[in-house]
Amino acid sequence: MNKIYLDNNATTIVDPRVKEAMEPFFCQQYGNPNSLHSFGTETHPAMRLAMDRLYAGIGAGDEDDIIINSCACEGNNHVLKGVYFDLIRNGPKSEIVTTQVEHPCVLNCCAFLESLGAKVKYMPVNADGIVDGDTLRQYIHPDRTALVSIMWANNETGLVFPVQELAKICRENGVLFHTDAVQAIGKIAVDVGRVPVDFLTFSAHKFHGPKGIGGLFIRKGLKLTPLLHGGEQMGGKRAGTVNVPYLIGMGLAMEMAVGNLAYEDSSVRRLRDRLEDTILAIPDTMVVGKRELRTPNTILASFRGIEGEAMIWDLNANGVAASTGSACASESLEPNPTFVAMGISDDLAHTSIRFSLSRFSTAEEIDQAAEVIRQSAQRLRAISSTYKNDK
Amino acid sequence: MAKNDLIGGSLWEQYSAKVSERINNPMHRGEISEAEAKALGARLVVADWGAEACGDAVRLYWAVDPKTDRILAAKFKSFGCGSAIASSDMMAELSMGKTVDQALKITNIEVERSLRDNAETPAIPPQKMHCSVMAYDVIKKAASIYKGVDMSSLAEEDIVCECARVGLRTIKDVIRINDLKTVEEITQYTKAGAFCKSCLRPGGHEKRKYYLVDILRDTRIAMEQEKLFAQADADDFAAKNLIQKHRAIEKALGEKIRPALAADGGSLEVVDIREAEGKVNIYIRYLGACKGCVSSTKGTLQFIENMLHQELAENIRVIPV
Repeated sequence: MNKIYLDNNATTIVDPRVKEAMEPFFCQQYGNPNSLHSFGTETHPAMRLAMDRLYAGIGAGDEDDIIINSCACEGNNHVLKGVYFDLIRNGPKSEIVTTQVEHPCVLNCCAFLESLGAKVKYMPVNADGIVDGDTLRQYIHPDRTALVSIMWANNETGLVFPVQELAKICRENGVLFHTDAVQAIGKIAVDVGRVPVDFLTFSAHKFHGPKGIGGLFIRKGLKLTPLLHGGEQMGGKRAGTVNVPYLIGMGLAMEMAVGNLAYEDSSVRRLRDRLEDTILAIPDTMVVGKRELRTPNTILASFRGIEGEAMIWDLNANGVAASTGSACASESLEPNPTFVAMGISDDLAHTSIRFSLSRFSTAEEIDQAAEVIRQSAQRLRAISSTYKNDK
Repeated sequence: MAKNDLIGGSLWEQYSAKVSERINNPMHRGEISEAEAKALGARLVVADWGAEACGDAVRLYWAVDPKTDRILAAKFKSFGCGSAIASSDMMAELSMGKTVDQALKITNIEVERSLRDNAETPAIPPQKMHCSVMAYDVIKKAASIYKGVDMSSLAEEDIVCECARVGLRTIKDVIRINDLKTVEEITQYTKAGAFCKSCLRPGGHEKRKYYLVDILRDTRIAMEQEKLFAQADADDFAAKNLIQKHRAIEKALGEKIRPALAADGGSLEVVDIREAEGKVNIYIRYLGACKGCVSSTKGTLQFIENMLHQELAENIRVIPV
């Protein structure tokens, strides 16, 4: 069976050229870049090139920092905990503002900071499923708010948040702004030269780089207490020997991701729309969020009368990998805040399936997946106790 | 378990082969029509349980022979995850050939055991156990429809943990008998709360009528009260706390000692009671004619002490102040 991967918001295939670029740094140029001898220093040109590619990829200036770390989860923890220490525990501020729809690594980190005494406010999304400037203005306070943390694009829906406007509001109010850009890089343009963010985080494995490496952009001149204390790596801002081969891989992956943005916006979008159209042609289906507000690769579809996990089981059995936000096995059955804000019926809360494409998705795959999805919906609705087939 | 728990995403790997087979090809999925039931000479029962908004809903069809109460055919439909489909399929299978009363005895535990590939390995992972509970609930619903009674009348007892089917009485008994002090201990002893964890405390997977934290707290309070009452009522003076000792002393004084002193126009009051070095020291002050009486430090004192030794305990020492 020909397996089709449509879960690229979870992780992506490593581009073979990225793998190739990393290869020499495992067994040949394996030195520690902090060593003074030639084994250490011979890694430097490739590392510099990788850093150049990362800086260029997000439009960072030479005076800014991009701290190389293990993933966006680490970067998000670093920003939230660092700002907590600098401005709340050891400073004059008291609050962090974020959204109800952030990734668990932000939400759980915030819950931890609440346990330490920080006040965290969780903004709802609007009827379009995004956080707007008016909402942010109501939530921030120049004297109290230490940090605003809002994702650039949502992992479940693909909805893109208006970070330019949101960051500008924070700048005007003297409040630090962080964005988790993990779902944005490689899908839409991300330029910190244009968007006044103070902190930005990303993971290589979301844009065809290896897992276990990521980056944290820190605007020039900003102080941020380290998450990992130790040696002098990354200028003392993040201790731990840099993962040299992965950094080199991430640099190339970034360059290719940014270089492919036009392809993403045209070809991936066209394939996504084609898949979305076939899904919407199935009766009683819907897709969450307006197309023009989403990253070009993501579809969060809902199939009335079909429980999400049963659907991904069936799709998997037929060679299509997708994911579900259904909370059947999770600790909580709380309704999805995006669904609530968008006025989507509770009956659909457990019926959502996310399909996410990449530049490696092909037209043949999409057509084959569309057929599998159609048949799966039919089969599961035939045994559904809640779906009315006579409609 | 730690080593095996560190890599996530193993939910489906923990399904037994039987579960996987039944998710892919449920043997008893579908419906029974009125005509089909009639052809069997049976009464059609259709029961719905659960809701889409809760992530789980199941419909059970039974064709029941009205003369023998025997279930001649069973089918199901489901809005639910894989383990809910597999459990419903097994539940339908287990109910066939049984009488309605016999079917009522099928629990989610039995359904889960029937789905195992071998006796030792659970068929579904712990957090999926609650998906099999639907299979039990819908049987109860179908039986109540068939019998024309309210569903609650079929409940044997208050179930606290649906996944492990542990009742309120069992949990209270286990807390008492084993003097349990934590929710974790209750889970170790009964398996209650080991699966979907909804019954541990409010705010979990689903709302429950009872939570282990509340049952534990209330049972501990009740146990503590009972202990106090028992102490108060006990004849064992040494086991009493200070207040209870004071009461017992006052009682003995009132019944045995003050009347005797009153005959001579005297009395006494207790000033303090102190426990030290295995002794109970009762500090008293003489009143009336006893005050200044020569005997008050000799014979009368001896009488009081002897009486208290006799009535309460040997380690009592009476000290006039």
